[in-house]
Amino acid sequence: MYLQEFIIHLYKTIYTIRIFESRCIQLYRQGLIRGYFHPYLGEEAIATGVCASLEKKDFIISTHRGHGHCIARGAEIKRMVAELFGKREGYCLGLGGSMHIADLDTGNLGANGIVGGNLPLGIGAGVSIALQKLDKVCVIFTTDGASNNGVFAESMNLAAIWNLPVIIVIENNQYAVSTSIEDSTRQTELYRRGGAYGVTSYRIDGNDVLEVYETAKKSVQACRAGEGPVLIEAVTYRHGGHHVNDPGLYMPKEKLAYYLEHDPVKISKRYLIEQAELSETDIEAFNQEIEREMEEAVIYGESCGELSEEEFDKMVEHY
Amino acid sequence: MDKQVTREIMYREALNEALQEEMRRDPTVFLLGEGIGQRGGSYKVTVGLLDEFGPKRVIDTPIAEASFTGAGIGAAMTGMRPVVEILFVDFSMLVMDQIVNQAAKYKFMTGGKGRVPFVLRSQGGVGNGLAAQHSESLEALFYHIPGLKLVMPATAYDAKGLLKSAIRCDDPVIFLEHKLLYMTKGAVPDTDYTIEFGRGDIKRRGNDLTIIAWSNMVGRSLEAAEILAQEGIDAEVIDLRTLVPLDKEMILESVRKTGHVLIVQEAIRRGGIASDIASIIQEEAFDYLNGPVRILAGKVTHIPFNLNLESACVPQVKDIDARAKETIYTEV
Repeated sequence: MYLQEFIIHLYKTIYTIRIFESRCIQLYRQGLIRGYFHPYLGEEAIATGVCASLEKKDFIISTHRGHGHCIARGAEIKRMVAELFGKREGYCLGLGGSMHIADLDTGNLGANGIVGGNLPLGIGAGVSIALQKLDKVCVIFTTDGASNNGVFAESMNLAAIWNLPVIIVIENNQYAVSTSIEDSTRQTELYRRGGAYGVTSYRIDGNDVLEVYETAKKSVQACRAGEGPVLIEAVTYRHGGHHVNDPGLYMPKEKLAYYLEHDPVKISKRYLIEQAELSETDIEAFNQEIEREMEEAVIYGESCGELSEEEFDKMVEHY
Repeated sequence: MDKQVTREIMYREALNEALQEEMRRDPTVFLLGEGIGQRGGSYKVTVGLLDEFGPKRVIDTPIAEASFTGAGIGAAMTGMRPVVEILFVDFSMLVMDQIVNQAAKYKFMTGGKGRVPFVLRSQGGVGNGLAAQHSESLEALFYHIPGLKLVMPATAYDAKGLLKSAIRCDDPVIFLEHKLLYMTKGAVPDTDYTIEFGRGDIKRRGNDLTIIAWSNMVGRSLEAAEILAQEGIDAEVIDLRTLVPLDKEMILESVRKTGHVLIVQEAIRRGGIASDIASIIQEEAFDYLNGPVRILAGKVTHIPFNLNLESACVPQVKDIDARAKETIYTEV
């Protein structure tokens, strides 16, 4: 049904995100990465499946938990590490960091430190595509937390009335920082909101990369055919707290245990074995290759320089 | 070459021409706002543009300021040059995240790679009894934010040339009009011209006193200057036109000549632009001052509905006249 190569690509992307996040958390603990760091651990299949349905020409706009989207769009992890280190070779010269990482060359318009703040911007990318009659779509990654912000409702409505080629992907990890979805909204099936705006909507298992991919693919097709927008609610769960320094003690142990087992890496690995007919040895080789690449990225990041204060002052001279 | 014809047209017509000419010149320019299409805008700035450019480029939006402004910013990030209209600057409070955290910071956060060629048009100031939520002068809020340009034209000529420059600018521009200026007339050539940002305009030359103003306070300062002239005081009136960038050189040069400065702003004094300009003058031209830098500003209040109180809250010609005399007759 799928090309072996494609299943491998999905797995490698998911595992790269997993390793990137895990290794960067270690670096954070060592004091090499500062500031806020919101890991995408446990949610990797969403970025991977959605971005696999896109073409190079398409846009995405990301959230505060944005490393996975950046990787899934094809960013180089060494330049991501450099950015997280605050180095000049980073994607944003070290000025953006984790929460503002953007890679315009891969159509990634950037992560966003304001929950919900990226929604209107993604709508704008959709307007831009429509006005220029481009054959592109824009995926707006957003969250259950953002869905209770006013701009979510406004943006859904604008996307709908203007028939924009926009796919709004709610990564429903069931927590708005530390407040549970049940405490945030009465109707916890967020995809149901789409109907209120006349928007085609899906609710899927966000940890199953093929389910994500299939849903994203038909959504992209709909948008390209002028039948956008589409809302996708991808249900998932964080493997930890809101950010690196949040132990997530409010997360029920049994639920976390379920999701640690119902894990995007494990599920995609199963696809490698069952559908791509690969062996544990093959998979171990992929893993080692990715881990090696990550170590090289760390070494690269450490070797990079920083923007000088003089260069910085020149940049902001007319601000 | 076509012969240049200069006509007397209204400020709002000058703005309309700027939009029309830029939309003809550049297909990426489009408009978003409430009631800008069929209705032609609350102050008739966009009249006729729907007919010429159609509903794809003159887009009537729902009342969802944060999101249609953000949509403009997102479109600017991806190749368009949108002009978003917010009916009253008071309503721009609804869009501050999109302006401050998104538009203003995008280029910076992307290490200089991202561009936001975006114009937010709005209008402020007291009108005639529009009360507290439709009359404010909020330019200081935008002045405070790095990464934004801030433009406040006082005449039809400046309105047209500056709006054209704003549309061609690669950075986000906050373009604030004044509701009492829309019907004022001025000489405007029918040729394509732009006005460079950061260049003030000396609207009246004088030697005894420098009056610095912008937006609706320029006209009032000029009227006050004529009264002062009758009493032998020769005031220079500088119209800053753009607050960011600020034409510091023009200010300092005038101060060095006159030795007396009065800054007039409609906005309240606290945390205002006049205070910042005063601080620049005292720091960079202290030795040329023959007296303290004076500020005449709006009362620290919201705008009352009562018309007599409304006019008492913002500088009038007589107030400028009186404050100018205080400025020049200060003993040193």
